[in-house]
Amino acid sequence: MTTYETVVGLEIHVELSTESKLFCSCPTAFGGRPNSHTCPVCTGMPGTLPVLNRRALELAVAVGLALHCHIAEVSVFDRKNYFYPDNPQNYQISQLYHPICQEGYLDVPLDGEVKRFCLQEIHLEEDAGKLIHDESSGRTLIDYNRAGVPLIEIVTKPVFGSGREVVAFLEELKGIIGYIGASDCRIQEGSMRVDVNLSVRPLGGRELGTRTEMKNLASFHAICAAIQEESRRQTELLAQGETIRMETRRWDEGKNCSYPMRSKEEQRDYRYYPEPDIPRIEMSREWVEDIRRSLPEFRRERAKRIQRMYALPELDVTILTEERELADLFEMTVALGGQPKKVSNWIMGELLRLMKEYNVPPRALKLSADHFFRLLCMLEDGRITQTTAKEIFGSMFRHGVDPEEFAAEHDLLVERDEELLTETVQRVLTENEKSVADYLSGKEKALGFLVGQTMKALGGKADPNRVRELLKRRL
Amino acid sequence: MQLEQMSALELGEAIAAGRVTIPEVVSATFSEIRSREESLHCFLTLAEQSARQQAVRLQAIVESENPFEKPEEGLLVGVPFAVKDNLCTKGLRTTCGSAMLEHFVPTYSAGVVNLLEKAGAVLVGKTNMDEFAFGSTTETSCFGPTRNPIDPERVPGGSSGGSAAAVAAGECGFAIGTDTGGSIRQPAAYCGVVGLKPTYGLVSRYGLIAYASSMDQAGPLTRDVRDCAAVLQVIAKKDGLDSTSVETEPKDYLKACVGDVRGLRIGLADGAPDTKLQPEVAGALERAGDCLREAGAEVERVQLPYLEYMVPAYYTLACAEASSNLERFDGVKYGYRDKTARNLSDLYERSRTEAFGPEVKRRILLGTYVLSAGFYDQYYLKALKARRKIKEAYDSLYTQYDLILCPTAPTTAPKFGAYSGDTLAMYQSDLFTVPANLTGCPAISVPFGEDADGLPIGLQLMGRAFEEPLLFQGAALLETERKGGRSV
Repeated sequence: MTTYETVVGLEIHVELSTESKLFCSCPTAFGGRPNSHTCPVCTGMPGTLPVLNRRALELAVAVGLALHCHIAEVSVFDRKNYFYPDNPQNYQISQLYHPICQEGYLDVPLDGEVKRFCLQEIHLEEDAGKLIHDESSGRTLIDYNRAGVPLIEIVTKPVFGSGREVVAFLEELKGIIGYIGASDCRIQEGSMRVDVNLSVRPLGGRELGTRTEMKNLASFHAICAAIQEESRRQTELLAQGETIRMETRRWDEGKNCSYPMRSKEEQRDYRYYPEPDIPRIEMSREWVEDIRRSLPEFRRERAKRIQRMYALPELDVTILTEERELADLFEMTVALGGQPKKVSNWIMGELLRLMKEYNVPPRALKLSADHFFRLLCMLEDGRITQTTAKEIFGSMFRHGVDPEEFAAEHDLLVERDEELLTETVQRVLTENEKSVADYLSGKEKALGFLVGQTMKALGGKADPNRVRELLKRRL
Repeated sequence: MQLEQMSALELGEAIAAGRVTIPEVVSATFSEIRSREESLHCFLTLAEQSARQQAVRLQAIVESENPFEKPEEGLLVGVPFAVKDNLCTKGLRTTCGSAMLEHFVPTYSAGVVNLLEKAGAVLVGKTNMDEFAFGSTTETSCFGPTRNPIDPERVPGGSSGGSAAAVAAGECGFAIGTDTGGSIRQPAAYCGVVGLKPTYGLVSRYGLIAYASSMDQAGPLTRDVRDCAAVLQVIAKKDGLDSTSVETEPKDYLKACVGDVRGLRIGLADGAPDTKLQPEVAGALERAGDCLREAGAEVERVQLPYLEYMVPAYYTLACAEASSNLERFDGVKYGYRDKTARNLSDLYERSRTEAFGPEVKRRILLGTYVLSAGFYDQYYLKALKARRKIKEAYDSLYTQYDLILCPTAPTTAPKFGAYSGDTLAMYQSDLFTVPANLTGCPAISVPFGEDADGLPIGLQLMGRAFEEPLLFQGAALLETERKGGRSV
C-alpha cells in the first residue's frame, strides 16, 4: 500500500494597522455604525479615484524586509474584476503582475532545530465590505466600513508537511508582524486570515498532486484540524483509485469537515489588467534602506539580549518578549532605574492579569514607564504599601494616572506621623486587653491580630513593619 | 450689448468694468437657453435657481471688495459656463447621458467644477453627451441627440456634443467637455468652436465618470483661443484626489495667444492612405500651412506614424478600461435598479440590460472579451505594446517638430444617422484625434474656414506634453487668419 505525504502552502491575508484606508482617508478603526467609516471613494461612487496610502506601502515593505524578500523597484497595481456586492467597484485593486515583495523566507525553531520556510510573494490589496444577511426580512445589507482597508497577502511556497509546522510558522510570523507594528494579526477578529492549499503525493515523490484550497479557518486549532482532515480525505480518495478535484472548500469547524465551495472549472476569470488610476511608484533603494534601518529588534534577538543584560529567569524573558510593547515597557522602566526582576514581576503578575481582565491588547496600553518607575520608587521608599501600590497600579493601567498625584488625591500615602502611630498603637493595646494577655502568655499569633487592628485603625496607610515594631516595643 | 455673442473674456471684462451686472449676464444666458433649447437640446439639466443666486452673491462681492487679488484670477468672474454631464456636480443630477444614472445626484463636485466655481464662473447646467461618452455624434444619449446650431439637420459631434453646441449657440460663455479619443476636439470642429484636450495629468480627473482612465481628460470648449487659454489657466492644477494629476510649473497661457509662430517647426500631416479627406478639409489644411509659413514658421510635410494601428489600438484599450470602469453600475448602490429581479445575478443582468444602451453594451462586450483569459495577450497586451510604439514614434517626431498640424476630423459635421449600421466607419473618423490620447499629449482644434454648405472646418494642432503654450501660439495665428485676414 502506498504511503502518502501532505504538502501545504499558505495564503495569508493580514490587515495592516494604518490609521486610514488604502486609497482614501477614511478611518480603519473597528466597530462604528455600518457605513460610518465610508466616503465616495471607498463606496465606489462614480468619478472617484484611489490615492495610495504611503504608510501601507511602507508597512508592506517592512514586513517584506523582515521576511528577507526581494523588494520590487516599482510598485504597480492591477484590477481584479468580479461582480459581488461586498466590492463596491466590482473590481478589487490588487497586485498580480508585479507584487511588491518576492521570494523570501522565515526561519522557525521547531523541535530543537531551525526550519526554513520559503515564501513566494507578498502583495498589497484592499479589503472588501461585509454582507449582512438579515434572516427576518430576507434582505441582504452591506457594510462598507472594511472596504478599502489595506491588506497584505503573504503567499508561501508549498513547503509545509503538517499542521504543526504551519502553526509554528504562523506563530513566528505573527510575532514578527506584531513587532513591526504592521498588524495585530488576530485570527479570531479577522485581522489575519489563512487559506490552506493542500495536496498529497506518494511519500518522497517530486510532483505535486492536485490541490484544494481551504477557506473559513478561524483559529490555529481549525487550521490544524482542517489540514489533518483534508489529508485524510485526499489520501482516502487516492487509495480508492479516485482523483482529487481542484476546488475551493469551506471548513466547518463545528462538524470538523469541509464542503466544496466552487470548483476550478467554474472559477471566475478575473480579467486582471494594470490599474490605470494609480501611477507606478518608484521605490528608491534609499527609501527601502531607510525602512530596513527602522526595523525593530525582533523577538528572538531581543530575548537573547534581555537574558544577557538583566539575568532574568527564562520564563520572564519569554513572557516579556512575547509582545513588543511589554518588552519596551520593561526595558524603559529598567532604564529609568527600576530593579529588573521587580519590574518583571509587576509586568508578569499584575499587568498581565489586568490586561486579561479588561481585554486590553498590548498596543492599547496606557501605562507609561515613567509612572511605572515612580510607583516602584514609592513602594521602595515605604511611602505606600504593597496593597495600595496595586490599587494605584490599577488606576494607572485603566486611566493612565500619575501615581504620586493619585496617591495624594486619594489619601493613600503611608502615615509617618510618629505621634499618631504611637497614639493609635496605644489605643489598640488598651482596647484589646485579651490579645495583649495572649501575646504575653506566648501566643505569637496575637501580635498579628494587633498589627491588623492597628492597620485597620489607620485606614491601611501605615507601614506594617513599623507598626509591628512599635507594638512590640509597647508590649 | 449682445451678450450672447461675446466671448467669455469679453463678458468677464464687461462685468469687471461695471458695464453689465452678473445677474444681467445670467438672465441673458437663460433667455438664450430658453429660446434655443427646444430646437437644439444642448442641456440635460439646468441649474437656473442656483445660478441666479450665485450671480447675486458674486455681484455683491465684486461691488464691495474684489477677492480676486491678481487681475488674471478674476477674468472669469460672473461668466456662465456649462459642464458635460459626465462630470459630477454636487447636488445637481449627473447622468452621463444614460438611463443608468438618470436620477443620480452626486454628493461631490469634480475637481474641474470646483476650480471654476472658485474662480467665480457661474454653472448654468449640464450638457448632453453620448451615453458614457461612447460615441461621436450625441446620438447615443438616452435623452435624445443634440442638434448642430449651424445646421440642425446635422450632428454636433460627440461625445461632448452638448457642450460644443451650447458654446456655438451662445447658451453659455464657455463649456467643459471631456476627451478620451477626440470627444472635445471633434465636436468643437463640427460646431465651429475651439476645443482643447490638455496633456494627460494637467487637469484633475476627480469626479469625471471614467470611460478610459488612462486617456480621459477634461478640457475647455470656447468661442476663441484666448477664452480657451483663460479657462485652462484656472483648471490646470494638481489635485490631491487624483494620483495621475501632476504638479507643473505655472504657465501664462493667455500670454501665448499672440499668434507669434516665427521659427516654430510645424509638421503638416495630410491624412492617411485609406482615409479620404473631404476636399474642403484638405484645402483648408493647405491654406493653414501657407498661413503659418507666411507668418514665419517652418512648415514641412510629415507622414504620421502608425496611422493604420491608431484606431484598433485605441478601441482595444479604451473598451478594456471601459468594461472595468462600468462594472460599478450594477443596480446595487445607486443608479438604475430592476425591480423584478429574483436574485443577485438576475439583478445585475436585468439592471444592466435595461439601463445601458446598445453602444455601451457593445463596448463592454468588446472590452470584456479583450481582457478575458486566453485573449489578453492577443489583444489587450498587443494594443498596449502598440501604444508604447506609437508613443515612442511621436516622441521622436516631436524632436523634429514643435507642432503637428492635421485635420481634426476627415469631414465636416455629417447628417444624423450617417453612421447608423456602420459603427466601424464612426470609429475610423477618430483617426486624427486618438493619437493625442494614446500618447497623452495635448491637442487643440481651431475653426478654419467652411465647406461648400457653410459648415465649419476644424484643424488640429498637436504638441509635446505640457507645451500647451505652443498650441495656443499656433492656434491664435490660425484664428486671426480666419477672423480678420484673408478669406479662406
